[in-house]
Order: sequence, then structure tokens, then C-alpha cells
Amino acid sequence: MKIGRLLKTIFMVDFITGLLIAIKEVFKSKKTINYPFEKGQVSPRARGEHALRRYPNGEERCIACKLCEAVCPAQAITIESTEREDGSRKTTRYDIDMLKCIYCGLCEESCPVDAIVQGPNFEFATETREELYYNKEKLLENGDRWENILAANIKADNPYR
Amino acid sequence: MNSLYILFDEIYRILFLLIPVLVTVAMIVWLDRRVWAFVQKRRGPNVVGPFGLLQSVADALKYIFKEIIIPASSNKLIFIIAPIITMTLALIAWAVIPFSENLILADINVGILYLFAISSLGVYGIIMGGWASNSKYPFLGAIRSAAQMVSYEVSIGVIIINVLLFTGSLNLKDIVLAQQNMWFVLPLFPMFVIFFISALAETNRPPFDLPEAEAELVAGYQTEYSGMMYAMFWLGEYANILLMCAMGSVLFLGGWLPPMDIGIFSLIPAPFWFIFKILFLFILFALVKATVPRYRYDQLMKLGWKIFLPLSLIWVVLTAAYLLYFDLLPKQI
Repeated sequence: MKIGRLLKTIFMVDFITGLLIAIKEVFKSKKTINYPFEKGQVSPRARGEHALRRYPNGEERCIACKLCEAVCPAQAITIESTEREDGSRKTTRYDIDMLKCIYCGLCEESCPVDAIVQGPNFEFATETREELYYNKEKLLENGDRWENILAANIKADNPYR
Repeated sequence: MNSLYILFDEIYRILFLLIPVLVTVAMIVWLDRRVWAFVQKRRGPNVVGPFGLLQSVADALKYIFKEIIIPASSNKLIFIIAPIITMTLALIAWAVIPFSENLILADINVGILYLFAISSLGVYGIIMGGWASNSKYPFLGAIRSAAQMVSYEVSIGVIIINVLLFTGSLNLKDIVLAQQNMWFVLPLFPMFVIFFISALAETNRPPFDLPEAEAELVAGYQTEYSGMMYAMFWLGEYANILLMCAMGSVLFLGGWLPPMDIGIFSLIPAPFWFIFKILFLFILFALVKATVPRYRYDQLMKLGWKIFLPLSLIWVVLTAAYLLYFDLLPKQI
């Protein structure tokens, strides 16, 4: 046994085996994707960038119940609301500080009307911090832009809620 | 007028050597990262330029525009000189490397001695950088690398003696020409392996990259360096690796000589054979980097002093005895 070990060391058997394995691996298919040009699958439950959704008739879903503001563990959400002429309660201000946000998804879970949701977009890096203080316009715009995917995702995830 | 002409001629020849070497160093960094990535089934740098070939250019540009931070408590003069020394030493050694029978900048008679001296001096850049930083990790890294380089230089020296016994000349051109019948890698194969491993240690490559072991020493002697000064260490390191590959192919793989003196092989110009051999050795370097885990420091020292040095000394005796017995020693001209 000991002589076998010694011979193995002298002829560097283990090293050469490792090297051959390395050479073999070179020709196998790559396990990573070519990121900016091709992207991986995003789960319907992915908790990415926030968006405020609207009803199909264009009315905002948010009823300013402030559950999300209350549940937010990072206290990233700020809501101010007022009563509209038709008696419904709507937000006048809905700010999310995306720098504070920890992307836990509690706001989405707590929302009774599926207004605030976290979409599949994870590429919203900016060059300044200010751009990441999202206000209501920005969130609604996100909602309009991603509405198709958001609706599909909510539908796909519905059986598990 | 005549001396001016000679001066310009020399400068032209130096640039003709230096610029390809620098470009190759940049490409070789890309190749290294790429091979490393391929072994790990990643893609590696592939965005900048075709196949990512210009990645090193982008990196160099980034380094140029970064701020150079000089620590307040450092020895500023030595701190600045250290990377310059590393880079310069890595580049001036290329003067004696023969790319073909005529393509050689300085055909001096003590070529191999010059190479050996320059690669020994390389440790100064590192130890100066480590000491001048006046910081713990660079200092420890520099001490480690000094000890490591000195240890492995000894066995490289003895291995070179093996080759010299066959050739009887210190001139690199003569060394290559002596391999016309048989490359020295065949009779001296164990020495080639030891030379390769020593070259890994000499250039601080994995598995012997203890001077910059991230887990223990942050980045070793490079810790305090930033911007262009860091880039110079980085370029110097790769130029050194390339130099070691060139040395290996001159000493053991027959330099610019084709494997056999057959028509097809002779069609490819001599310098290309030399470059192929350097690239082959370098890809081996890169594969080893991707395969082997890092040595512990005592293992490294044990390998250098207790195994490689005795082994290469014994091989010198064996080679000398063999050559003497069969009367194959090179004749004095």
C-alpha cells in the first residue's frame, strides 16, 4: 500500500488524472448563459422591481389601505391619501425607497386588491441614488409597461396563494 | 552620423521586440482567463472584441483612469519604483530569447546566465513593493514570495546545469541548435517536469500563489497598489510567466526547431514553432491553475528543498556520468 502511494506520488498520477479531467471539461457544454444577450428563466413568483397596477378601465387599483406601508419591514413605503369627489379613497403619494427595500414581497402579499406587485424585472440599476426613490408616477408607469406579464404571473401563481 | 544610425537601428529593433511582447502579454491574460473559465464550464470574457480578445485592452484602460493611491506611511520612492522594476525586469529578459536563427535581439554568449540573473532579480520588485507599503499583508506576502522564489531558483539553476552538460554552451542559440537531433525533453523528461513546477513557483502561479493567497493575505504584496501601478505588477507577472514558458521551450522543447525535419514542418516559419511551443506551455500553466488547489507553505518549502533540489542534483550526476561514459560530452571548440 505504502509503495503504491509512493509510486503514485512519483509519477504524479493524481495530478495527471486531474489535468485530464480538466481537459475533458473544456469540451463540454457551458453551464452559464451569455447574460446580457440571453437571459435565464424568471419564476412567476420572482420578486423584482415594484409596480402599481390598474384595472382594465384605467382606474388605479390601490385603495390606500396602507397595509403595505404597515407591513413593510424596511419601512421603505410612504403613502398619503385623500378622498376623491366620488367618495373613493385614493393615494396622492405612493413612494418606495428602492434602496431601503429588501425585496421580501410582504407588500405584494398584504395587498387586498393586487395593486402593488413585484414584477419579473431585476435590471433597474441606475447611475444615481435619486433615481431609485420611486414615486407614484414611476410605479404606475412600471405597472403599465409590465401589465401583461404581471397579470399572467398572478394567474399562474394563483393556485398556490 | 553613423552612431546615430546604429542608435536608431537598435531602438527600432527593441520596439520590434517589445511591442509584440506587450501585446502578447495582454492576449495571454485573456487566454489564461478563458482557459480557466472553460475548465469550469463558464464562458469567460467574450464581450469586448472578437471572442473577447480585447478584454485586456479594456482592463488596461480602466486601470489607467483609476486613481493611484499611495499610502501615507509608505516609503514613497520605493513604493513607486517597485512595480517599475518588476515590469522592466520582466521585459528586458526578452532581449536574449532567440525567436529563430537570426531573429534575436542580443546574441550574447552568456544568454542563459543573463536570463537566470534577471529572473532572480525579479524578487526585488516584489519585496520592495511589500516592504514599502508599510502594511502587514504586503509585508508577509513579500517575505513569502522572496523565500519561495529563492528556493525554487536553486533547483532551476541545477536543472539548467543538466541542459548545459548536453550543450556545452551558455548561448541560447547554441542550446537550441544542440537539440536538432533530439529535444532535451526526451532524455531529461523528469527535469522538464521539475522545471515546469519550479517555473510555476517562480512566477507565483497557482498552486504556489502563496504570496497573494486571498484567503490569508488579501492580495499579498499588491494589497496597497492601485491603478496603473497595480496593472504594471500584473503585466510584469504575466510577462514573467511568458518568459518562463519561453525558457522552457528553449531549454527542453527545441526552441524554434520543428519536431521533425520533414518538408511539411519546415514550411511553417521558425518563429511560429517557437510561439506554438510557448503557447502550449502557457496553456499547461493555465490548466494547472484551474486544476490544482493551493499548497500549504511548509509543503511548498518541503517540495523545493527536500525533493526538487536533491532530485535535480542526483540527475546532474547521472547525466554527467552517462555523458562521460559514452563519451558524448560536448567538445571544446
